[in-house]
Amino acid sequence: MKQLEKNEIKNYWEGFNGGDWQDEINVRDFIQQNLNQYDGDESFLAGPTEATTELNDQLLALKKKEREVGGVLDADNNVVSTITSHGPGYLNKDLEKIVGLQTDKPLKRAFMPFGGIRMAEDALKAYGFKTDPEMHKIFTEDRKTHNQGVFDAYTPAMRKARHYKIVTGLPDAYGRGRIVSDFPRISIYGIDRLMAEKANDFAHIGDGEMTDDVIQLREEVQEQYRALNEMKEMAAAYGYDISRPAANAQEAIQWIYFGYLAAIKTQNGAAMSVGRIDTVIDAYIQRDMDRGILTEEQAQELVDHFTMKLRMVRFIRTTEYNDLFSGDPIWATLSMAGIGMDGRHHVTRTAFRFLKTLDNMGAAPEPNITLLWSDRLPEGFKRYATEVSIKSSTIQYENDELMRNQWGTDYYGIACCVSAQPIADGVQYFGARANLAKTVLYAINGGKDEIADAQVGPAYEPITSEYIDYDEFISKFDKMMDWLADVYVNALNTIHYMHDKYYYESAQLALKDTRLDRTFATGISGLSHAVDSISAIKYGKVKVIRDENGVAVDFKAEGDFPRYGNNDDRADDIAKWLVKTFYSKMNQHHLYRGSKLSTSVLTITSNVVYGKNTGTTPNGRQAGEPFSPGANPAYGAEKNGALASLLSTAKIPYKYATDGISNTFGVTPNTLGHDDEDRKDALVNMVDGYMENNGMHLNINVFNRDTLIDAQKHPEEYPTLTVRVSGYCVYFADLTKEQQDDVISRTFFESM
Amino acid sequence: MLAEKDIQMTTDKAQPVLGYVHSIETFGSVDGPGVRFVAFLQGCRMRCQFCHNPDTWNIGVGTEWTADDLLKEAMKYKAFWGKKGGITVSGGESLLQIDFILDLFKKAKALGVNTCLDTCGQPFSYKEPFFSKFQELMQYTDVSLVDIKHINAAEHKKLTGWTNENILGMIQYMSDNGYHMWIRHVLLPERTDYDDYLRQLGAYIKTIKTVDKVEVLPYHTMGVSKYQNLGIHYPLEGIEPPTAERVANAEKLLDTKSYTGYKVR
Repeated sequence: MKQLEKNEIKNYWEGFNGGDWQDEINVRDFIQQNLNQYDGDESFLAGPTEATTELNDQLLALKKKEREVGGVLDADNNVVSTITSHGPGYLNKDLEKIVGLQTDKPLKRAFMPFGGIRMAEDALKAYGFKTDPEMHKIFTEDRKTHNQGVFDAYTPAMRKARHYKIVTGLPDAYGRGRIVSDFPRISIYGIDRLMAEKANDFAHIGDGEMTDDVIQLREEVQEQYRALNEMKEMAAAYGYDISRPAANAQEAIQWIYFGYLAAIKTQNGAAMSVGRIDTVIDAYIQRDMDRGILTEEQAQELVDHFTMKLRMVRFIRTTEYNDLFSGDPIWATLSMAGIGMDGRHHVTRTAFRFLKTLDNMGAAPEPNITLLWSDRLPEGFKRYATEVSIKSSTIQYENDELMRNQWGTDYYGIACCVSAQPIADGVQYFGARANLAKTVLYAINGGKDEIADAQVGPAYEPITSEYIDYDEFISKFDKMMDWLADVYVNALNTIHYMHDKYYYESAQLALKDTRLDRTFATGISGLSHAVDSISAIKYGKVKVIRDENGVAVDFKAEGDFPRYGNNDDRADDIAKWLVKTFYSKMNQHHLYRGSKLSTSVLTITSNVVYGKNTGTTPNGRQAGEPFSPGANPAYGAEKNGALASLLSTAKIPYKYATDGISNTFGVTPNTLGHDDEDRKDALVNMVDGYMENNGMHLNINVFNRDTLIDAQKHPEEYPTLTVRVSGYCVYFADLTKEQQDDVISRTFFESM
Repeated sequence: MLAEKDIQMTTDKAQPVLGYVHSIETFGSVDGPGVRFVAFLQGCRMRCQFCHNPDTWNIGVGTEWTADDLLKEAMKYKAFWGKKGGITVSGGESLLQIDFILDLFKKAKALGVNTCLDTCGQPFSYKEPFFSKFQELMQYTDVSLVDIKHINAAEHKKLTGWTNENILGMIQYMSDNGYHMWIRHVLLPERTDYDDYLRQLGAYIKTIKTVDKVEVLPYHTMGVSKYQNLGIHYPLEGIEPPTAERVANAEKLLDTKSYTGYKVR
């Protein structure tokens, strides 16, 4: 770079503490040097400005309209979404401090055919829109998509495993998602500096020997370079010059958002995380405040308007997709707090400001606010966070100590719903979940599907005895897991090869280092039911009831057996063994681009669909009944209360399941305590205790009236909701309709 | 099991007393200060009309635990207790198993665990050997949760089958000797929800010197299904839970706001 440019850049950095970050792309070092720790409480926070309230009302009205028309307000059918495909769009140009929309109109959904044209067309059709015939022609005849690539290469076994849903949710028709870009790079360095860096990287890829790897990476870095250039073009359409670093807090946030906007204009991944941006934004806000050009109200307004944008992200999905992930989620996951490698906490006033958005603009599912928790976080922040949890049930808690130690950096973010990812140089290849509860049934039935009466797995000898012998079962189960690991991992290898080829994330990866550490993320569903089923076979006596074709369709478990969720090692050890064993089996296989295997025990809302496609299991779960979500114990298995259940989950080794072990905890306010202070105490202690015991992730739902009404309608989504009645508790679902009504009306009162 | 040859030995070396436990709640947050491990002991002689746990009435059944094992189980949850939490023994009527609780609380205090006794006081008596045991138990109890079912002796008898004289006696003893307590009162229309009774109760509580907290617990019907399952007639058919206004009224008459000792202890 020319000397003149360097000096210009330095002007934008005035007022920040210098460091390595000035000589190289190093956001972590910027944070190290410019972290403004905050140990106080929430009393400094500001409410919404008039502009915020007006904008928010406008957005809420649009959302209402969206719901009324059946879920989709408007959708493109002839403009392929790219970084520069649309001119500027606004919610209300005069009021927005942070600008930029996915398309030309708010909540209008983009046309994104690169993942798969059929999926894009089906999604449009599901909401009464029709694909433009020209687009149909281009993406079926002229331009191949990711989806077609994958299906060209899939083996018959993979198609079968997919069709009969022993593997579900494979990203073979849409974006794989799960990449956290280092968005603050744009604010700190400006696009030109990032392009220069990529150009330099490009010049040093390979030594002239054109191996597959070198060719692929050279092509990718060129694509990244191009994407960066397009980001400048997109920003220019909104009147901003992001070639240079941000000059103030408003620009810093706007620059970050332009990076994020480029990501969601080009990719429709299941999860489009926004990463970890709070400390950088805070440094800019603090600098402006020190300069006397920004007030707290104005700072909050910027954070509110940015957050509002995250609440407006939309993708158009098919009905099947919505069944899997209901409620239109996009996982704009925002990770905050945590402890640095040097022991300093990373709580700033801006982390409070982001929590305050839930108060200023009401609760909303996006962004998916994730607190990187440690018992070393300052008390004021812990208490405010739990207060927000109690009010809105919108926060998830993840174990910062566990993740920082595992990943070796404090600059990581949550890539999806739960999975950690180093932001500067980590990337994750995500893919779906293998259904281990169904695998238990395949082992018993010799690879025959229990619902469809088809030979899906290998035709091993089924179990033919009246009672299941544990040793016989385990040896058959072991072989069936071998098969599943094989077909699953190789389906993913196919998917990621094709995704890189046809749907490469050039914008997102342009905002990361060129040299990446890759994780190959797999997942497990049905863990609790598999564990309890194995426990029933091991510790109880399980009688098989077969249909006329000899397929086991029902079971009678005689005698009691330990169940996962009671902090009972007999059952919990099975869970540990199962995760480790399945991991090891998958790990025997080749993994795309030298990636490192990780697995997860999390299902989001897909536990319902997985359950629907799984027959009766030996633990007593009936055919079609939903699985418990994530790593939660089976519904009704817990006998000793919430903490016993949490400690069972906490035993699942994160070392193997580095992709995340999710527990969803639901509680009524009156169970937590009789007053607000007691409730905050109880939650802080609960999260602290869980993390201290190596628990990885916790969703906390403190149900208010509306959620209880919802729970009444959809009890399967609230498996652990318990109602505390002074000295004792009962499951909400076990109460009669009238009693539930009673609880619903009663929750409004402060005592029960 | 208690072996014949061990009976003469000292308490420490003897076979431990067994507790009969109805159930365990690992996340108790309304059963004393902070987050608590709650053991609900089996067995109660009272037959409170509003009881929502009739399944804890039978004596001599339940899961057998030694104090050592139960404490070991509880200690698994220590990380959740923070500065205030600990263990609570509830019931049933906990004091029916005073030997067991004494053993448990002694051992808990040796480990520095906060102990809480949840009792209705019905077994309380100045008779020996109970009284000496109770005196000793209080040495190892950080706070007690004491229910006053009804302030009027005759009404108390109607409501629970027992008179309240010894219960008030226990409360007086605790007050005189500096043992801290939370007082709880179930608000039940047509039984306890009368301003006169509430005023009397409020005045009574004012005379007790060691009250850290007073809680009004509104009657609820969530125990009804248990009666049906157990085939017991439900005595409060047709009585509705109190309204929010009546709850607020009771809190005012009992002056619950003035009792704030629980915040510091």
